[in-house]
Amino acid sequence: MTTNPSLARHPAVDEWLSFDTDSSVVVRSGKVDIGQRISAAVALVAAEELDVDPERIRVAERETGRVPDEGYTSGSRSMMESAQAVRLAAATARRHLLALASRRLAAPVDELEVANGVVRVPGTNRTTSYWQLAEGRPLAIPVDHQAAVKSPAMHRVLGRPYEAPGLTGLVTGTSRFVHDMMLPGMLHARLVRPPHGRARLDELDRDIESRLQGAHLVRDGSFLAIAHPDEWTATQLAARIAAVARWSPERGYDAGDIAELLVTNPRTSLPVLDGAAVQGLVPPPIAPPADAVATLTARFQRPYQMHAPIGPSAALAHLDGDRLMLWTHSQGIYPLRESIAEALGRDLESIRLIHAPGAGCYGHNGADDAAFDAALVACALPGRPILLKWSRADECGWEPYGSAMVVDVSAGVGPDGRVATWSHDTYSDTHGARPRAGAGGIGPARLLASRFREPALEPPRARPSIGSHSGLHRNQDPIYEFPTRRIVKNLVHDLPLRTSSLRALGAFLNVLAIESVMDELAGRAGADPIAFRLRHLSDARACRVLEVAAGRLGSKRKESGIGRGFGFAQYKNASAYAAVGIELSIDEGARVHLHRAVIAADAGEIIDRQGLTSQLEGGLLQAASLTLYEEVRYDAFGITSRDWETYPILGFDNAPEIEAVLIESPGEPFLGVGEATIGPTGGAIANAIHDAVGLRLRRVPFTPEAIRAAALA
Amino acid sequence: MTRVVLHINGTAREVDVDPSTPLLYVLRNALGLTGAKLGCGLEQCGSCAVLVDGTARPSCVAPVVQFEGAEIVTVEGLVESNGPGAVQRAFIEEGAAQCGYCTPGLVVAVEALRRRRPVPDEAAVRAVLAGHLCRCGTHAAVLRATRRVLRERGM
Repeated sequence: MTTNPSLARHPAVDEWLSFDTDSSVVVRSGKVDIGQRISAAVALVAAEELDVDPERIRVAERETGRVPDEGYTSGSRSMMESAQAVRLAAATARRHLLALASRRLAAPVDELEVANGVVRVPGTNRTTSYWQLAEGRPLAIPVDHQAAVKSPAMHRVLGRPYEAPGLTGLVTGTSRFVHDMMLPGMLHARLVRPPHGRARLDELDRDIESRLQGAHLVRDGSFLAIAHPDEWTATQLAARIAAVARWSPERGYDAGDIAELLVTNPRTSLPVLDGAAVQGLVPPPIAPPADAVATLTARFQRPYQMHAPIGPSAALAHLDGDRLMLWTHSQGIYPLRESIAEALGRDLESIRLIHAPGAGCYGHNGADDAAFDAALVACALPGRPILLKWSRADECGWEPYGSAMVVDVSAGVGPDGRVATWSHDTYSDTHGARPRAGAGGIGPARLLASRFREPALEPPRARPSIGSHSGLHRNQDPIYEFPTRRIVKNLVHDLPLRTSSLRALGAFLNVLAIESVMDELAGRAGADPIAFRLRHLSDARACRVLEVAAGRLGSKRKESGIGRGFGFAQYKNASAYAAVGIELSIDEGARVHLHRAVIAADAGEIIDRQGLTSQLEGGLLQAASLTLYEEVRYDAFGITSRDWETYPILGFDNAPEIEAVLIESPGEPFLGVGEATIGPTGGAIANAIHDAVGLRLRRVPFTPEAIRAAALA
Repeated sequence: MTRVVLHINGTAREVDVDPSTPLLYVLRNALGLTGAKLGCGLEQCGSCAVLVDGTARPSCVAPVVQFEGAEIVTVEGLVESNGPGAVQRAFIEEGAAQCGYCTPGLVVAVEALRRRRPVPDEAAVRAVLAGHLCRCGTHAAVLRATRRVLRERGM
């Protein structure tokens, strides 16, 4: 049993929940809500263990110093860490309070009944409540990691229909995003960014400030921002300054073929064993068996891709006396606070970060950088609250992208119809560059504005992550049972663009590659693709999701032009199991039309059914977008994908009908689900395209141009 | 600065603004109606959509003076006296929002569809919603909510 890092760092019950005097229960989670409904999940878990109505649970605002430090909200770990911690804290609290009640009511614990926090001795009028028992004092007792939690048969809250409390505000427009906040005396700030990452500001009209209609110009080296009480004026002024600012040098990026750079640039190569990178020699290539009935060598590629949230990043900062307040949609208020404190040379305790909702992105987008930008402007204009927003072009041009990748797979099938040899090399830049304090000032150096300030900080050189299924080797080690495997991760250096975590990290292309090869090998071995996968799986839960997805998509009717394909993975070989089936067609313009999708998923015990479905469907649709549409375009002079026309994503015109089947596993541990459908969807689309038109596409996005080129090859 | 009179959510509102200011900035900053969102500022994503004389239109570019005399309804104006309106209720029932940033624009677009006669078909629904982008992947849920609304309307 792996330890829960959240509980290891925050071992006391009162760090996770408390009984307020107004007869509510306050639950504290350090995982931020980014649309994945973790607030709903922790509220439901606490309500169930305590036997308190969910309406009485308040989930505390995420603010440094007031909620547990659970690091970044990432890696589909919120349920496994935060919800599990809250569940055990609630079970411990219940046991403790019932022991107190037993004494107070003079009845054995196992005779007590709890209903909505009221404890009663049945058949008598002797009652008390959690709130009377807690007496407003924190429960300073350790969370019992072995605390007995309710068995699923005893559940009263879970499994009932539940309306997430945040939804009403979202659909009526009353929810406040950080973009919507307003404080007295607030200024609106906009940035003037250089054309590319190497450019420096070398000339700005000295008199410009006097012509800026009461605006404040903030400059620190090549960091440039404008602030004005009126937002529209600030927007226009930023455009005017951008028009007169001069930057050098003109050229910034090596715009050569990225796939070529990935396999030729300097790199750090490590073998991957049992899902984890290890220090050691890279094993030599392995040859397929001499009696192989099928062999395959294939290269898969993806370009740089964006998080591309619908709302560009923003933050509200206010230097009030010695205290810096910062409202941010960062996914990690604690690590960001450390990095900003270090960058500003300020005492950690003088900075408070409060999470405020932003636009969804699932990864490391511009949120952290925008928070630092706002802090810089606020420190230059003490006393004035600063609401800083990136423009669409800022977000598209400056977010840390999902890395371009190359995957080389080589496999051989033996005479028994099973894969005998499997070799998988992945080449990629880093997938983990979120700001967190560390040696050599790495936290500040990972904040974008540090590159532009004076003195400028060089972006740190990435080092290979070695944890289980981390970074570029996430899901690189196949879950399938192959007797001989060679897995090598290659962290490639000196690539042109800045990269970090995009939903599922390396798992997107790794799984797409594995599932494409499995489908193709099945064809060459004359096997049904589902049966071929099952041949290599003994985990019953893995087999079940594949069988259910195949059953739901239905038996294949031979219709001309309709293609069907499947993809499967267990995220990180340890989180949720997901199988995806896709039905699509390709028109005469070589455009892919998504008709129907099925998902079968096993995420352990289900807490918030609707939230779980949303995560599975959302992952499928985002992955479909990555697979069919998305590519960051750039040239020597800068990023040219700067809006929705130059960076198109999947729209409502091509959204398939989705049927998600949730496989019940009551009493099983929570398995993170947020990224589970990403890789399987990519594989399913690739395989469905092959089924429809006989083409094996291996470089995403599968655009009409790519399909026509493959048809002519 | 110019005095502009806008008819918003059934009420006449006077504002003194630079007449070139896009409607969205006036709604959000001068009138406190922050439901409509600033997404791209380029009329590409639909997150700033409001109803203008019954049609869903982006508000992030066109100057506020162009909207004088029009009936403007924002997502806040679709709330009824007893709570969320029909489209909003359908979105809640289908869980058709994740981060929620694109949601107000979508609610407004579906409201425009709901008011159409005859009840629009699937192709018309898709054509209208194609003007709205969502990154969390709520598309399938939004389409389910839309069909629910149109079914109720058609009865």
